[in-house]
Amino acid sequence: MEHYNMNLTLKVWRQKNSQDKGRFETYQVKNISSEMSFLEMFDVLNEELIREGKEPIAFDHDCREGICGMCSMYINGKPHGPWQANTTCQLHMRAYKDGDTIVVEPWRANSFPVVKDLVVDRTSFDRIVQAGGYISVNTGNAVDANAMPIEKDKADAAFAAAACIGCGACVAACKNSSAMLFLSAKVSHLALLPQGGPERRSRVLNMVAQMDREGFGACTNTGACEAVCPKEISITNIARLNLEYIGAGLVTE
Amino acid sequence: MLNSKIPAGPLDQKWTEFKGHCKLVNPANKRKLEVIIIGTGLAGASAASSLGELGYKVKAFCFQDSPRRAHSIAAQGGINAAKNYQNDGDSVFRLFYDTIKGGDYRARESNVHRLAEVSASIIDQCVAQGVPFAREYGGLLSNRSFGGTQVQRTFYAAGQTGQQLLIGAYQSLERQIALGNVEMHNRHEMLDVVVIDGKARGVIVRNLVTGELERHFGHAVLLCSGGYGNVFYLSTNAMGSNVTAAWKAHRKGAHFGNPCFTQIHPTCIPVSGDHQSKLTLMSESLRNDGRIWVPKKQNDTRRANEIPEEERDYYLERRYPAFGNLVPRDVASRAAKERCDAGYGVGSSRQAVYLDYADAIQRYGKGEVNKRNIQGATPELITQLGKEVVKEKYGNLFDMYEKITGENPYEIPMRIYPAVHYTMGGLWVDYELMTSVQGLYALGEANFSDHGANRLGASALMQGLADGYFVIPYTIGNYLADEIRVSNIPTDHPAFVQAEKEVADRIQQLMSIKGSQTVESFHKRLGKIMWDKCGMARSEEGLKQAIEEIRQLKKEFWSDVRIPGSIKEMNPELDKANRVADFIELGELMCIDALNRKESCGGHFREESQTEEGEALRDDANFSYVAAWEYAGEHNWNLHKEELIFEVAKPTQRSYK
Repeated sequence: MEHYNMNLTLKVWRQKNSQDKGRFETYQVKNISSEMSFLEMFDVLNEELIREGKEPIAFDHDCREGICGMCSMYINGKPHGPWQANTTCQLHMRAYKDGDTIVVEPWRANSFPVVKDLVVDRTSFDRIVQAGGYISVNTGNAVDANAMPIEKDKADAAFAAAACIGCGACVAACKNSSAMLFLSAKVSHLALLPQGGPERRSRVLNMVAQMDREGFGACTNTGACEAVCPKEISITNIARLNLEYIGAGLVTE
Repeated sequence: MLNSKIPAGPLDQKWTEFKGHCKLVNPANKRKLEVIIIGTGLAGASAASSLGELGYKVKAFCFQDSPRRAHSIAAQGGINAAKNYQNDGDSVFRLFYDTIKGGDYRARESNVHRLAEVSASIIDQCVAQGVPFAREYGGLLSNRSFGGTQVQRTFYAAGQTGQQLLIGAYQSLERQIALGNVEMHNRHEMLDVVVIDGKARGVIVRNLVTGELERHFGHAVLLCSGGYGNVFYLSTNAMGSNVTAAWKAHRKGAHFGNPCFTQIHPTCIPVSGDHQSKLTLMSESLRNDGRIWVPKKQNDTRRANEIPEEERDYYLERRYPAFGNLVPRDVASRAAKERCDAGYGVGSSRQAVYLDYADAIQRYGKGEVNKRNIQGATPELITQLGKEVVKEKYGNLFDMYEKITGENPYEIPMRIYPAVHYTMGGLWVDYELMTSVQGLYALGEANFSDHGANRLGASALMQGLADGYFVIPYTIGNYLADEIRVSNIPTDHPAFVQAEKEVADRIQQLMSIKGSQTVESFHKRLGKIMWDKCGMARSEEGLKQAIEEIRQLKKEFWSDVRIPGSIKEMNPELDKANRVADFIELGELMCIDALNRKESCGGHFREESQTEEGEALRDDANFSYVAAWEYAGEHNWNLHKEELIFEVAKPTQRSYK
């Protein structure tokens, strides 16, 4: 891989706190190596800002290897930037060339209020899980792990849904700010496994109700969520969620 | 005096005996007892949910925006358990023995045996929670092998086992939050322990959104705050992983056990430049099929594919014919460093070796041709089929490598180099996981207890969950049973006021320095000192220099650090400054511990203590002990030794030749 350096123009959303109105600021960054990660480019900019006596840009990040789900930048109109099946922290600067302008915003959704600059509050996702995204089994209640064989295909499908990292890119990409892909991944994970059976109906009803209370929008099947999901969670999970929801509603009423 | 409180009796009866005789707390009293838990990784989330289920009033804290993001989530390979589902001779004893031996005989037998005993229940519990482990076509659980063992006992969920286990624990935790048994505080960092009459009674935390300090009372405090690999600046840890909670506890009286025991993982993606902020691990499972080599010629600038077979040095296979590429982590890491230091490294930095899949692709390709009964297969077809097999086994890791380096590992050998990955050292705890401060516990990577001087792959997840699900629910009752008469201490108690004032004063002092150097630049300099002088090889001379350099760095930090912004707001630079200040102090103690331990053992390699062939040389006569350091004021520590007694696993010199 050939390495090269580049100069870039960044337009970054700055917002002091949740009450502040916020605005874009323009920054020039120089001599950025194509080997840097996107967040390392932000580190370089922040070091520069501190040395100049200015406030660095706040952004969420932690593992920097695409699994914790904390990083959350909306880059040139796309959550997590231009690469497919990728998180912001895994995006590298070879995706850009000298002279490019990059616009960086926080996730935009009423249910994800901005905390500061590019940092948003995603605790609404935790509250959706609290509404039923679990199997009610206390520690010590379990039988032997091999007592209940599970079809490999179902176990694999449950895993594929459980791979969701809860980053919220699906919500940020959706014109309705819908959380259906996130919610459907959790409902699918647990509905596909026999252990999830006993609470199947109450789970989906309660989680959907919580999602609505949090103010997330409805799903209109545009598929933007699936297109930006860093873990390639399939939109077929939403179909399964709808099936589960309708089935649960029929029985309950 | 250290009292490790190991129960009497034969090794395999100790835990049963303990459970049979420990004190219990009745349900009505549990409702009155409050427990504070710092950190929500595997240890913290499993402890919080289990204690919540028992009826204790739990308050949990994490610095991330959600408990689901703790760094346990990044563990790739798997979790060990002595289930013996493969009928290949595994047992509780074998898991115990492998762990003690892998740790180079520097762990406590009783704790490790208990870990092996509860390992099977962890898998049961996780499956009941809906953790989607890999399965065979018959619907039963699948296992794979890992370094340092001869049985298949590792359970896994693709390359995301840590994620799936943490999501399981997180979901249980969220259920307890919904039930009102656990009160969760996200984006909070613990900045001190409050000790009253010798007992831990609460914490001072900082709300990282508002910058406000808060006081929280608890009848007991559990530190589940992870390891301190970020003292090296570059490591595979998450950016936020830090030692602050453990360090504050240390300064309040909790002894620090074996701080110099660090695991350097052999297969990580090498540093690409000064901008590097963290390193990424490539799972140990890659060494099952990949071959590691460097050119036979020094400073060879040819591309890997231009170097003919006879000019390649497969140095692990050459030096360790019995184990080859599957030697334990510490041995593989040192061998890579030895080659690079001698001038045989590859890549632009010359600080890397090749991990080559060309042979594996051919081997798998030929296997597929046979399986499918293809006559006269072309070399291209063999290669293509081989690549497909490798993709199925390791596809996600190869993709990750390509994203970071821009190179295609199916065509060009991967470049790898060792990186800091895990810290075996941590707060000293007794058998009940209590530190040397009454009522203050340490669980998971934050304690020192189970891995000795080197941790085996797939054992960190096992230990975190063992501590949280199956150990602390029993041992904490043994302490709290005597605390039922203690009513909640109001947080205007002078000890709380004093602790909060000390925290506030320190933050004020940091902010008022207004110097010229960034927090990040200090962290990088600390990391370089630690990596060069307290990393893969350590010497008396180097360590003495390092101690001096760290003391100098500390002075400079406290007189010239620049922290922008203000206190009462979200201020990530201030958060970082608080952590780096503690890392600097820890770095000094790590060097002092490494200097004191004149032997080589596990990940700790003293250049003065090696065999003629350059292998690590342990000194059981003089160093068969846990070094528990007591804080005694700035730059001062007292050493307490816990003698290690091996009644069952008799120490032998490890050999992998």
